[in-house]
Amino acid sequence: MADLDTFRAETGAWLEANCPPECRGPLENDEDRVWGGRNASFKTPAHKGWMEVMGARGWTAPEWPTEYGGGGLSREEAKVLGSVMRRIEAQMPLSSFGIWMLGPALLQFGTEDQKKRFLPEIVRGEIRWCQGYSEPGAGSDLAGLQTRAEDRGDHWIINGQKVWTSYADKADWIFCLIRTDPEAPKHLGISFVLFDMATPGVTTKPIALISGKSPFCETFFDDVRVEKENLIGTLNRGWDVAKALLAHERTMIGGIGDIGRPMSQVAVDSIGLDDTGRLDEPMLRARIADLDIDAAAFRLSMERVGDQMTAGQVSPAIASMLKYYGSELNKRRHELAMAAGGSDALEWESDRSKKGAAARDWLRTKANSIEGGTSEVQLNIIAKHLLQLPGA
Amino acid sequence: MPLILTEEQTLLKEATDGFLAENAPIAHLRSLRDSHAADGISRALWKSFGEMGFAGVIIPEEHGGSGLGAVEAGVVAEALGRTLTPSPFFGSSLLAARILIDAASAEQQAAWLPRIAAGEAILSLALDEGPKHQPSRIATTAERSGNGFKLNGAKGFVLDGHIADALIVVAKTDAGVTLFLVDPKTAGVGIERTVMVDAHNAARITLTDVQVDADAVIGAVDGGEPALEGALNLGRACAAACLTGAGDQAFLGTVDYLKTRKQFGKAIGEFQSLQHRAAHLFTELELARAAVMGALQRLDAGAPKADLAVSVAKAKAGRVAELAVQEAVQMHGGVGMTDEYDIGLFMKRVRVLNELLGDAGFHAERLARAGGY
Repeated sequence: MADLDTFRAETGAWLEANCPPECRGPLENDEDRVWGGRNASFKTPAHKGWMEVMGARGWTAPEWPTEYGGGGLSREEAKVLGSVMRRIEAQMPLSSFGIWMLGPALLQFGTEDQKKRFLPEIVRGEIRWCQGYSEPGAGSDLAGLQTRAEDRGDHWIINGQKVWTSYADKADWIFCLIRTDPEAPKHLGISFVLFDMATPGVTTKPIALISGKSPFCETFFDDVRVEKENLIGTLNRGWDVAKALLAHERTMIGGIGDIGRPMSQVAVDSIGLDDTGRLDEPMLRARIADLDIDAAAFRLSMERVGDQMTAGQVSPAIASMLKYYGSELNKRRHELAMAAGGSDALEWESDRSKKGAAARDWLRTKANSIEGGTSEVQLNIIAKHLLQLPGA
Repeated sequence: MPLILTEEQTLLKEATDGFLAENAPIAHLRSLRDSHAADGISRALWKSFGEMGFAGVIIPEEHGGSGLGAVEAGVVAEALGRTLTPSPFFGSSLLAARILIDAASAEQQAAWLPRIAAGEAILSLALDEGPKHQPSRIATTAERSGNGFKLNGAKGFVLDGHIADALIVVAKTDAGVTLFLVDPKTAGVGIERTVMVDAHNAARITLTDVQVDADAVIGAVDGGEPALEGALNLGRACAAACLTGAGDQAFLGTVDYLKTRKQFGKAIGEFQSLQHRAAHLFTELELARAAVMGALQRLDAGAPKADLAVSVAKAKAGRVAELAVQEAVQMHGGVGMTDEYDIGLFMKRVRVLNELLGDAGFHAERLARAGGY
């Protein structure tokens, strides 16, 4: 414990000295996130510096081993780092599918060469990754995917189409599920491969959403050459990698809700307090209090699941619980944000509303319970793997 | 601190669950209820709580207790929720013990703590006055009189008040609230046993010109608030643990039922409508568990906002347990309504635990206030 106290003190001092003022406080909206990559954009130069200084220390991926660029922290140290960052309101230095999704899968399934090659540049935010999973005919039934690979000895030629590829148009590399054995049962003919989005034959087309934004793309592969050294795990056993990665993705989607100002503050600023110091809209106030309780319990649940995983006390299927609850919670949060904003939050184009930022974020959250497996799919997984209900 | 039990705490959990399953299963509650037992508890069981170290779980070793913390108290409370065992644990081992440890004089501690730890004495906190828990609106008064005080007022939902060896009465004094250690046999104390819906024990207590000496005061005159608050926080967190235990036990029984009950030629657990409701409930119970663990650990660590973590836990566990018992009865169908099946007993216990020390609404209000809205 004394060691942890020392670590807390040193970490606090270092963060105070190195986290620029521009990088503190809640994000105004999702667009302010730092994603890194070859064509990275930053809200301010300070944000670039903050990503770089944290990346150099490995603290963008605090629990990854130092030999792959990570912070090498124990779980308890990583929790301290998180709590100190929350205390000084430090923004997340880097948002990254590489850190949240691919990295953990590489650590589990990658060869030593693959880990050394890909992980450090993820930690430093140099390469931005996207995920090629869903296809037009393979949504909830993901294992039905049809993107096919033709064996050419030392490489494959890939043809097919992905959809709902988040930020494919901005990503540098893709991790992708492809069918390498069309004769095998559907789960046993899939492989997990990596390739550069700049490879000839890769094209992307953003999909306009109800939010007016296009975070997702259709992604097309026409005779795309992929070297076999970029296969992760065993040939035709990509479903194992995919499932492990989905668990990380689900944990991540479950946890994305908490970036903005507290909902109660948003509501107080918009509606005001009554004479007794209560939000001047009693029914909304009660709903916000309920949300705060559920959100606090959910944060603890995320922490507890992490502790259980570290202690080896829990099935990986527990990620479905976090995904289910976290995404539904985030949708509730944004419904309340809209109720709190009232007609002000409905303005779609004005500068006053930051071009409808709240409304666009609200609409975006409706995908939370669809992407990464729908809420219904998560409930199926819980029923089958955690409750062992018959026929699930 | 990982939000899971340590090895020692896991051993305590196994010991508690094992002991209660053997010595105080739900059949024990039924037998007390159906025999209209005069005390509403088993004195022998309370004594063995002393021998097992449960009764004195938070009481320091120098007073004969186990000297453990809130997490361990929560382990016992959760186990009691699983077996629905009536016992003086909440009133004596948590609420009264916490107040005595934190605020009582050496004489008061020596008189009561060892006897609570041994499972011999039963103490009751006389706090609530109306149908809802409103500790900030105490109407019971204590006026200076002779070399002591004169108490007047009416209390309700006093756990084990009908068999208490001593009452801790919360009363308003000139500039605050004061805690009084009152002998229930004192003239002017009226006690009416109120058997509750869950066949657990409480009493209504009237205080009519009850004269007590100055040495009946626990801690400082007008200064009862901090000790009371400390006891309430511990009691609330443990009530939340007990709710989680009861809710989880009802849930486990329901999942078993889904796997065995057949209709339309298959187990009803094969129907997706029930699978999804069970999966949702599983998720909610996990959140409640995490909230309870977070609150108990923060109490032990003396964390600055531990009281808010406690409110989160009590509100969340209360709502979740309420959902769990409702789903349990519904999914059991007709048999869930019978007295023969245990499931209805869980519903009754959860209702009582929800009211105990503030329901979800009370704690949501407290959180909203603290959050500035």
